[in-house]
Amino acid sequence: MTTKTISRRNFIKLSGMTGTALTLGIGFSALGKDSPVLTAALAEAQNIELNAWISIDTAGTVTIINHRAEMGQGSFQAVPQIIAEELEVDLNQVKIVFAQGSQTKYGSQITGGSSTVRGSYKRLLRLAASAREMLLEAASRKWNVARTELVAENGQVIQITTGEAISYGDLVADAAKLQPPKEVKLKSPRDYKVLRKPMPRQDIPLKTNGQAVFGIDKKIPGMLYAVVERNPRFLGKLKSFDDSAAKAMPGVKHILPVKMRVFSHDREGVAVVADSLWAALQARKALKVEWDDTAFPHHSSEQLYAQMREDVKNKPGLSFRTKGDFKRAFETSAKKLEAVYETPYEAHACMEPLNCIAHFQNNKLEIWGPIQGPDWVQADVADLMGLKPEDVTVNMTFLGGGFGRKAFLDYPHEAAVISKAIQAPVQVFWTREDDMTQGPFRPGMVYQCRGGLSDQGRLQAFETRMAGQNMDHQNPGADKMAYNSNVTEGFLETYLNSMPHYSFSDIPLESPIPVMWWRSVYSSTNGFAFESFLDELAHAAGTDPLAFRRNYFWDARYHELANRLEEVSGWKNRKPNEGWGVAITECFSSIVGEVVKVSRKPDGKIKIDKVWAVMDCGWYVNPDTIRAQVEGSIIMALAAATKHEVTFKEGKAVERNFDSYKMLRITDSPEIEVHVVDNEEKAGGVGEPGLPPFTPALTNAIFDLTGKRIRKLPFALEEV
Amino acid sequence: MASISFTVNARPYTVDVDPKMPLLWVIRDVIGLTGTKYGCGIAQCGACTVHLNGVPVRACSLPVTAAANKAIVTIEGLSADNSHPVQQAWIEEQVPQCGYCQSGQIMAATSLLKRNANPTDLDIDAAMQGHVCRCGTYPRIRKAIKLAAQKMKNPTSKS
Repeated sequence: MTTKTISRRNFIKLSGMTGTALTLGIGFSALGKDSPVLTAALAEAQNIELNAWISIDTAGTVTIINHRAEMGQGSFQAVPQIIAEELEVDLNQVKIVFAQGSQTKYGSQITGGSSTVRGSYKRLLRLAASAREMLLEAASRKWNVARTELVAENGQVIQITTGEAISYGDLVADAAKLQPPKEVKLKSPRDYKVLRKPMPRQDIPLKTNGQAVFGIDKKIPGMLYAVVERNPRFLGKLKSFDDSAAKAMPGVKHILPVKMRVFSHDREGVAVVADSLWAALQARKALKVEWDDTAFPHHSSEQLYAQMREDVKNKPGLSFRTKGDFKRAFETSAKKLEAVYETPYEAHACMEPLNCIAHFQNNKLEIWGPIQGPDWVQADVADLMGLKPEDVTVNMTFLGGGFGRKAFLDYPHEAAVISKAIQAPVQVFWTREDDMTQGPFRPGMVYQCRGGLSDQGRLQAFETRMAGQNMDHQNPGADKMAYNSNVTEGFLETYLNSMPHYSFSDIPLESPIPVMWWRSVYSSTNGFAFESFLDELAHAAGTDPLAFRRNYFWDARYHELANRLEEVSGWKNRKPNEGWGVAITECFSSIVGEVVKVSRKPDGKIKIDKVWAVMDCGWYVNPDTIRAQVEGSIIMALAAATKHEVTFKEGKAVERNFDSYKMLRITDSPEIEVHVVDNEEKAGGVGEPGLPPFTPALTNAIFDLTGKRIRKLPFALEEV
Repeated sequence: MASISFTVNARPYTVDVDPKMPLLWVIRDVIGLTGTKYGCGIAQCGACTVHLNGVPVRACSLPVTAAANKAIVTIEGLSADNSHPVQQAWIEEQVPQCGYCQSGQIMAATSLLKRNANPTDLDIDAAMQGHVCRCGTYPRIRKAIKLAAQKMKNPTSKS
């Protein structure tokens, strides 16, 4: 049996199809712009691994493999919506199944960097158009009618003159024998019927009646439940444990020490495995564990921030991007400005805490869980467990939030270790406290910005020095002297073109605290520093903050965004006693501008009257999904700006649950209006880029109203 | 262990469990209805909300003994086919993103609309502030509750 037949069989198993089908994929061997679209039969004959995304069976049912995770951002809808457009089928005829993790089949599956659509839409369009053309060709041969006399519509091929129709299902057997076309013509966005329409999401009905299966809901036969007492300090070793009381409790099956990989280190803990989750949770309380925490510093937030504040002042930065001569241009500037901004450590706080099922048997491992990067888990967990990647199967469930945290492999690795040790399938459950205190966290940051204005108020020198933990420096063998190439994330590319002198550098902070991507990653904090400082510069120059930014726009796309933002928000009609703030950031190839209006309530407290957002993400799929993602991004940003932060004391995270990590609630949710720009630019990200501009737009609005500049997050809105 | 009887979605159950066990784990792991979620375990997020004799309660913090001889309704009991006006409104307004908190949100909204057929923004705030959504679907939840209120009076109402 060859690998190819296994792949096909897997696909058929996944999709639940039987019998003849037209199955198309893209040859992975040469994955790139021109990689060929192939049928399953051709791929097999040529011994090419096929990533099978699409299949039409004799009943006309279209099955699409969603290679990305669905964590709320809408890939479950976006991928089929792209396929349905060029294939000319009703979205309701399309069945969606989650792919298993396989780098060789799907290319990168990591749902991060807002990349699902922007990373694959061109391939998906070409794949669907190829299938449509093959069905048209099959009909043309069957009827002996010229291809030009036929149209594809709603899952059928129709003869234009006679109106005679044949369903795709009746054509798949013939179409499967044809060669896919070498080139296909894609539709103009003007002709789209499905794309760019606010089609209802197909996962939503599953999420209103309790049917959607999240990781935590998944059960497999014979499954045991585990909870793990992990060291609350991040690098500590397990010294000893006393499980005599815990072992005697009802339902307890095993108690064992475990290690799971967190970047270059092993996080240590003691796992309690029982026949029910409740039993495991009770027994864990009876466990007595001693840790050895002598080999590393126990940082507090005060120490970390004192260090970062000192670093931005005194240490030379690792330089990433420079142009001209910042130092000289700054020194000769007519007006010089300097400001320090601080952003907190944050937890992802997904509503579904971490959890993962692993079943290790006969040197094979199967994993089920809420996983953002199934292919990464397959590769990395295989490596850690000493298995071949093909012996590790990773199944995605729905994710109850991800935001970057569920792209990490610690929790699947831990589940695999426990399953291997006890030789049984097991679900590892993280309590909210486990989820909140173990990280990885968004790193806290301190930024020092300096800028120089000419005597005409033109910005001629701009500098940012960022102090904070570098996520990449945690990897095994990382070069700790490597600069952070994300220090300009969030900054508009157009500014870099138009500013004569700039310098971006970073000073990495060393700490055992694990840090990781958090929705919009470095942009989520960089944006606050950049866009607050530009506002400070605009005020120093005596220029309207939106007009000030326009002075540095290099191309029309940015002007269009600013014009739209000005128009929808009524920026020109601002009144006294209102505070207005604007910010524009660029993140994962999308540009988002936001305006916030604030005022004082009769009791003197500040309230957010309204938020306007304009998203330019280029080519796009579903405007309603985009609106939802921008609304959600704004609310998550508002929460991080005004509600919560993770602090550390003696090397441990202090906030353990929602009683101390205060989540944003409906009472604090402002009115939000989102607009999507229509253009033909390359597709950019959707799930994250709406987040970075919100906080600076808010604090800029507060400055406009009160004259008070907020440079440290979080702050209490009601105390300004 | 204690033997406790109650109904879930109008079906009678008798369970033999640790009397300290929260109702949440009985519903999820003993009865096997997983639409009700764990979020925090300390009644701070509302993901575990079910109706107990018609009143919304936090199942994560309620010992199973408190449910003895009472009627429990979970998200699955609202309607399996999404025909309840609150579910309909949730779909029309495209509320859920990740969807994890939505069972609790919907159970709270249903209870609010039972008490108050015309909730104002302030009424909605008061009824829903115990329910956390990390995806930030609050603006849509607000809209969906207002739409559901209309639907309850006139089932053909659209957003």
